[in-house]
Amino acid sequence: MRLVYAIPLALFFFILGLGGFMLTQSKDDTIPSAMISKPLPEFDLPPATDGVEGASQADFIGGEPRLLNIWASWCLPCIAEAPQLEALKEAGVEIIGVAIRDKPDDVAQFLDLHGNPYTRIGSDEISAIQFELGSSGVPETYVIDAAGNIRYQHIGDIRAEHVPQLLQILEDVR
Amino acid sequence: MIRWLAMLALFAIALPATAQDNLPPAPYAYTQLEDPAQEARAVELMATLRCLTCQSQSIADSDAPLAGDMRHQVRSRIAAGEEPEAIRAWLIDRYGDYVSYSPEVSATTWPLFAVPGVLLLIALLVLLSRLGKRRGDDDGGSA
Repeated sequence: MRLVYAIPLALFFFILGLGGFMLTQSKDDTIPSAMISKPLPEFDLPPATDGVEGASQADFIGGEPRLLNIWASWCLPCIAEAPQLEALKEAGVEIIGVAIRDKPDDVAQFLDLHGNPYTRIGSDEISAIQFELGSSGVPETYVIDAAGNIRYQHIGDIRAEHVPQLLQILEDVR
Repeated sequence: MIRWLAMLALFAIALPATAQDNLPPAPYAYTQLEDPAQEARAVELMATLRCLTCQSQSIADSDAPLAGDMRHQVRSRIAAGEEPEAIRAWLIDRYGDYVSYSPEVSATTWPLFAVPGVLLLIALLVLLSRLGKRRGDDDGGSA
């Protein structure tokens, strides 16, 4: 038998092996934004509840780099993230929030229970800012430099180990 | 055993439900556009955009709130006179090629388009050489 005839069989086993190997690999189904290093798109959102100010693109211009936190009162990981946002606030970081598909009463209740690390909270009832940012879930956090450019995207809740990392990035983009 | 499995299945259903908002869907999430021609163009586009929360469905197929909000974006932009391909480009700018189910030739996708051509070419070459050989000497060993 000529060796060439073994090629299809070898290919078959190669693909089988590749499939088997890929099954052992963990699947990363996060969708990174393609907006990193681009300017923050124009938006202007009304306040998410009584006693807070709304959020707009203009609020990110000038001064120090800021965090833009996409969250919601109905989002469970956002509860887990709250202490880390508090820690970032205490480190002197300005955090501007946008509540996605949320109700004023629910936002107020969440802030009562878990604290308010935000200087402003805009309300987005139709997730429009998520499409502008290339965001595919809540929570997500963006580092915006003082010139209003998107510099970094954190997908999912901020855990304790991410706080120093975010502080470093905020320092780097100054 | 079955009962336990049923319980587990219930939990699997119940848990994500707690992480849902309770706002009504966006105006154009489930409402068609007045103009049938515009609606047809919107539906055609929505069938080729990927839902970002349930990643193997199109936004036309998905009941996820984010998919509903994306349908609202598509319909209201088409109602405002935007071209479907401009809306697709707007989304690709933000999410990359991943958001579109209609593959385009790019730095990462060109093998998709090149490989079938290459395979066809190889098959053609093999066929030609075989046929040529058979015409030359009729030993039939290659069958």
